[in-house]
Amino acid sequence: MTLMMSCKEVSRLVSQGLDRRLGFGERVALRMHLAICEGCGNFERQLRILREAVRQLGEAEPPSRSGSQST
Amino acid sequence: MPPSDDFQARLEGQRDYLLRFATLQLRDPDRAEDCVQETLLAALTGEAGFGGRSDLRTWLTGILKHKIVDAIRRSSREPAMAIGPGDDALEFDALFDPRGHWADAPAAWVRPDTELERSQFLAALDICLQRLPAKTARAFMMREHLELETAEICKELGITATNCWVMLYRARMALRLCLEKGWFGEKESPRK
Repeated sequence: MTLMMSCKEVSRLVSQGLDRRLGFGERVALRMHLAICEGCGNFERQLRILREAVRQLGEAEPPSRSGSQST
Repeated sequence: MPPSDDFQARLEGQRDYLLRFATLQLRDPDRAEDCVQETLLAALTGEAGFGGRSDLRTWLTGILKHKIVDAIRRSSREPAMAIGPGDDALEFDALFDPRGHWADAPAAWVRPDTELERSQFLAALDICLQRLPAKTARAFMMREHLELETAEICKELGITATNCWVMLYRARMALRLCLEKGWFGEKESPRK
């Protein structure tokens, strides 16, 4: 594993990081890249928003009464 | 206590939604229909358990989720499917320049916060999910909605872990593109 990963490789690794525990080298290389690359940082946040949203699918209708139920 | 007619009617009102949702995850109309039927039955006999404490659709989707997981685990007749390991490389080549940098850098999304934004975002997500290839959508929903581990998804779909990661990567790339164009793109360039 080279330390300078391309955005393409990083995007793949960011995705895999949601599905398996990355190795130490992978995590270091990822963090280094994310520290300097805004696009990949945005990509990582997008996947996180996506994950949160998919877990909420089916809850699109808010409770009719507020206060009693927090989501 | 027998279920009230009113409750039964409200349940029926959710059938289409549940069916579409189940079909997305099972890709088999018959099995989806079965799951929805079981869900509505369970709901009907469990009206007391609902007790109006949360949104009806949320409650039903919660039950349906378990029925779908059960259905996935029950069926061992899933044919093994193979996907080429290099498929995604071709598919997403256009997104990166020859040196592997983003051709179009991902934008900073604003997390949908208000109830309105949230439900609009989920509606957009729903449309984007329907556009995914069937197998890809299934793998993605198993992972992200049903929250199954990769190992279990591999087993159910008869694919290797590597193929599974490729599929999930492919799904996420396609979804973020679809959402960026459809949902966030619109918001960035408001038209009057």
